[in-house]
Amino acid sequence: MSPLGARPRRLLGVGLPAVALLIALPFLAPPYQTVLLSYGLVFAIAALGFNLLLGYTGLLSFGHCAYFGVGAYAVALMVKYFKWSSMELFVLGGVLASAFVSLVFGFLCVRYTRIFFGILTMALSQVLWSLAFKFFWVTGGSDGLRVPTPTLLGGFAPQGGGSDKLDFLSHRYYFYVLVLFVLAVVVMWLIVHSPFGKALQAIRDNEIRAEFVGVQVRRYRLVAFVVSGIYTGLAGALWVPLNGLTTPDILHWTFSGKIVFFTVLGGFQTFAGPIVGAIAYNYLETYAVGHTVYWQLVLGVVLVALVLVLPAGIVGSVLRWLPRRRSAA
Amino acid sequence: MSLLETRQLAKSFGETRAVDHVDFRVTKGEVLALIGSNGAGKTTLVNLISGLIPPDSGTIQFQGADITRASVHEKIGAGIARSFQLVNLFDQLSSLDNIALAVFSREGKTRRLFSLADADTGVRDEAHGVLKQFGLDGKAGVPAGGLSQGERKLLDIAVAYALKPALLFLDEPTSGVSTREKAPIMDIISAIVRSGHITAVIIEHDMDVVFRYCERIVAMHQGKILADGSPDEIRANAEVTANLLGIQEPG
Repeated sequence: MSPLGARPRRLLGVGLPAVALLIALPFLAPPYQTVLLSYGLVFAIAALGFNLLLGYTGLLSFGHCAYFGVGAYAVALMVKYFKWSSMELFVLGGVLASAFVSLVFGFLCVRYTRIFFGILTMALSQVLWSLAFKFFWVTGGSDGLRVPTPTLLGGFAPQGGGSDKLDFLSHRYYFYVLVLFVLAVVVMWLIVHSPFGKALQAIRDNEIRAEFVGVQVRRYRLVAFVVSGIYTGLAGALWVPLNGLTTPDILHWTFSGKIVFFTVLGGFQTFAGPIVGAIAYNYLETYAVGHTVYWQLVLGVVLVALVLVLPAGIVGSVLRWLPRRRSAA
Repeated sequence: MSLLETRQLAKSFGETRAVDHVDFRVTKGEVLALIGSNGAGKTTLVNLISGLIPPDSGTIQFQGADITRASVHEKIGAGIARSFQLVNLFDQLSSLDNIALAVFSREGKTRRLFSLADADTGVRDEAHGVLKQFGLDGKAGVPAGGLSQGERKLLDIAVAYALKPALLFLDEPTSGVSTREKAPIMDIISAIVRSGHITAVIIEHDMDVVFRYCERIVAMHQGKILADGSPDEIRANAEVTANLLGIQEPG
């Protein structure tokens, strides 16, 4: 018998070819496509974190823009006040700041469930949005804060290629994001398949019974909330050098709606769904914006069609369709 | 020796006295039935003891310690477990995972974030063993939501049993199942409870089940304890026959 269980084998079976493809991409595709994919991977990290709450704990947050924004603004403020440029410090700062904010917000929110939880998370995120607007002498207000190209691995990252920003983003920064993305996927996969992950799924299915098997429901929800916030904050910290600028837009609740969209599009009842959904959404929005002024209409139609035709999302639908096709063959 | 003792335990919902200053005692090792008509206060009494709702007044002693205001988590840690009248399971988890979760929780392993649940062979083996005891070993991989009503009832009890409690409350273990399924379910429960030397309190409406499987019966009526005794004593009690068993005295 193999020392690996069926689940780790499945992760490697799907993951290794996918990672190989992602490694090869910058050498095959134009730089613009690689940068676009970097955005997709960053959003995928946020969606993975978000889905720990929605898919595994049964809590629908409409406030995840807060942790993404905190991660991004933490980086921008480190640049503004300390003139730091180390990406490792940015990641650390973004993660710590989002962990702190998600701990405070989570402490308040996990006492509630369903619509009350959703409304409270959204309301708290909007407090941060208004602060980002009003404290313009700190946050730059609606102009936001610029973040220049960071140094990677203390300046020891392999240089390769040219030295312009597009080249940096499409090669060195892409691989930096890719490594953190893979790490984030592996850690999240471990969490959802751990005894703690099972306890979260038990809370999702039946919180009263979970309490009566000895699971401390609020405490576990809070831990899930903080882990989820850290993932989203990490995504925000990785996003801001890619974007070069952070503005209060990413703290607006509509950005939380995007994170929900990523997850529903891919399928929140599967592990890979949020990853596929985030990458697919990023392409969809980019091409819709590039081809029509009615891009929001296009996204709206897709969302309605998704709910009506593919309620299990892209990955969920494929997983349902594959066994049927095999049994029909 | 008393395992559990309530003194003057009371709970009202508005004007209704659901549990009215009840002194209730459970002796270690016995299988006790709690009977009464709908609204008699049986489930409320169990809800108070297990911590689902707080009492208005009175005390609850368990193994000599006052647990009146203890949380559900603390009561489970102390050794009190329960099943539910309406089946309460983790429907999207497999039957095996339902049991495994109780074992993980009992062993304090649900705090582990970075170890694979499936790789813990000790827990998996124990969970398989519990499923086998309850005759559900063929259903290990089936989601709890996909089981029949009788199987769900058994799994519900198996989850509570997997906590290895000192005192197990079974709230109507045969409600909602067919008459044909009742005896096999109760035979399994009775065998497991007795072989495991578990103290059990069974809330039940079916008097055939109560008289056959329990050695002591406590009858409740309108929030109070009406009678307490052996099956023969309860059968012979005029108040119980008039109020609960529906048997009229001749003449």
